[in-house]
Amino acid sequence: MAMLSFEKKYRVRGGTLLGGDLFDFWVGPFYVGFFGLTTVFFAFIGTALIFYGTSQAGVFNPWTINIAPPNLEYGLGLAPLMKGGLWQVITVCAIGAFGSWALREVEISRKLGMGLHVPFAFSFAILAYVTLVVIRPLLLGAWGHGFPYGILSHLDWVSNIGYQYLHFHYNPAHMIAVSLFFGNAFALALHGSLILSATNPAPGQPVKTPEHEDTFFRDTIGYSIGTLGIHRLGLFLALGAVFFSAVCIVISGPFWTRGWPEWWNWWLNIPIWS
Amino acid sequence: MNTKQILRLALTVSVVSLLAGCWERPPVDMVQHGYRGTGMAQVYNPRTLAKQQDLNKVPVALPAAPDDGPRAKDIYKNVQVLGDLSVAQFTRHMASITQWVAPQQGCVYCHNPANFAEDSKYTKVVARRMIQMTQHINGNWQQHVAETGVTCYTCHRGYPNPQDQNGQKAYWYAAGDPAHKGGMLGWRDGQDEPAYSVAQSSLPNDPFSPFLLGAQNIRVQGQHALPMGDNKQGTKNAEWTYGLMMHMSKSLGVNCDYCHNSRAFSSWSQSSPQRVTAWYGIRMVRDLNNGYLAPLKPVYDADDLGPKGDAPKLFCATCHKGAYKPLYGQSMLKDFPELAKPSTDGKPLHPLEGEPAPEERKQVTAAVAMP
Repeated sequence: MAMLSFEKKYRVRGGTLLGGDLFDFWVGPFYVGFFGLTTVFFAFIGTALIFYGTSQAGVFNPWTINIAPPNLEYGLGLAPLMKGGLWQVITVCAIGAFGSWALREVEISRKLGMGLHVPFAFSFAILAYVTLVVIRPLLLGAWGHGFPYGILSHLDWVSNIGYQYLHFHYNPAHMIAVSLFFGNAFALALHGSLILSATNPAPGQPVKTPEHEDTFFRDTIGYSIGTLGIHRLGLFLALGAVFFSAVCIVISGPFWTRGWPEWWNWWLNIPIWS
Repeated sequence: MNTKQILRLALTVSVVSLLAGCWERPPVDMVQHGYRGTGMAQVYNPRTLAKQQDLNKVPVALPAAPDDGPRAKDIYKNVQVLGDLSVAQFTRHMASITQWVAPQQGCVYCHNPANFAEDSKYTKVVARRMIQMTQHINGNWQQHVAETGVTCYTCHRGYPNPQDQNGQKAYWYAAGDPAHKGGMLGWRDGQDEPAYSVAQSSLPNDPFSPFLLGAQNIRVQGQHALPMGDNKQGTKNAEWTYGLMMHMSKSLGVNCDYCHNSRAFSSWSQSSPQRVTAWYGIRMVRDLNNGYLAPLKPVYDADDLGPKGDAPKLFCATCHKGAYKPLYGQSMLKDFPELAKPSTDGKPLHPLEGEPAPEERKQVTAAVAMP
């Protein structure tokens, strides 16, 4: 397989965390490494168990596949395979696969001699997942509080969990997370439109430079965050959104059992106006 | 404002918010209420629940009285309800009512001590009507109260004016005019006033008039995933509906998942059996408000009436007071069989203004068939 122009920089020995030179090789364009192997291992087992589980349930419509966590009565113990045990094993596989992938990203970053921004960012996604299926269930005392694995079923779970607290939009961390998600989308829209415009000039005109981009935003909104700054802002907004998403679900139940609107009574009760 | 002042303000706000006790802590109790993984579960703080238990202790019933001897109606004057009881049973019942409704005030809360038979105190007229209402509930609304039934204590719990679990009034009036008119924004319909009646949400603060006095249907959900133009319900109806549901949740100490699978609120086949009980409950409350509570308006003192001059009416919190079943399902009715069914063969005595005749009442009940 032909090598891409930038792959020479990437295909260097060393930088591994585990396994030394043993797994330091490529399969076609893909770096393997110890964590590449563990990723494949966990991903295969987990996916195979999902197929097994849904075949036992007789569900073959991808939309309605549902691998549900155990009943709450099993608490933090193991459940029979077909009564949530599969969900438990698949959860272990998923965490194994996601964690391996993050560590493989670390190895690649080290080969490239760059910072760990990519695995750091991805670890927020893993944190959000682990919060949902490990941390919050631990705090509530049962694995059954994890979300089911299925395209529609996990959405139904989200809906019902929201209605457990009557009106989830009053959840303060949810508010922050949503604002950051919107802010992130807005920043990406500004950035994407700017880059597409700058690199697709009118016929006969040269591609625009960052100075041109800065000038455009200084003229229109009075400020340009700059070419590096926009990526820092994007990272901050995205990671903040994911972090507060994890916060908003972990406080629902363990640290607040009533409707979220009622939580705001502290605001109504501030002595200034109450 | 300089930076220091802003920082100080931010610090004050955060400290206040923390000190306000606006957080709870694990362990919490969750009760699964649907198939595993659906997320249908009730969330309880066991510390809050322990306090709640104390509010739901059933008072010890007075020892049963013998059924022999002359009837109360033949001995006392002006006995229009419970007259078929023996004198001993009748006296026991009166003593129980005092214990349930007016333990501080005693007999004189309703009776003129010089002449117990006369109706000079309006509280006595109301009390008589409430006894008839209790009998009507137990006799005709078993779809909601089952064999457990209700007594005066279910609502009153030692207070002449029923209170809920938070010491707020457990009855409602039509909302008065808002303190602040909407101005350019126009009619606000009681919204954005973090009202206790709708669990501190911004929803309309009187969702009761449309559903618990009026007979609006709660059918706001569309039948299709996309708008097909066949759902004629407006935003207002949806807000009233959600307002009423907030009240139901708060009153029963449960969340939306107690009755609904929120993926399809309207679907009966995906709802829990409790939703059927609640459906009858809405019809029952509507029947009671129209048949018993609202018509008492001319009887009351002026300061018992609401801002619009209407009589106090009941809703879910009146009986439930934060418990999924009033008194957590303990039945007091078994000790007071005289309250189990109308004692006057369904003939209401002294029909009050606006009260449906018995025949109409029967139709109301018959109309309560599942859709």
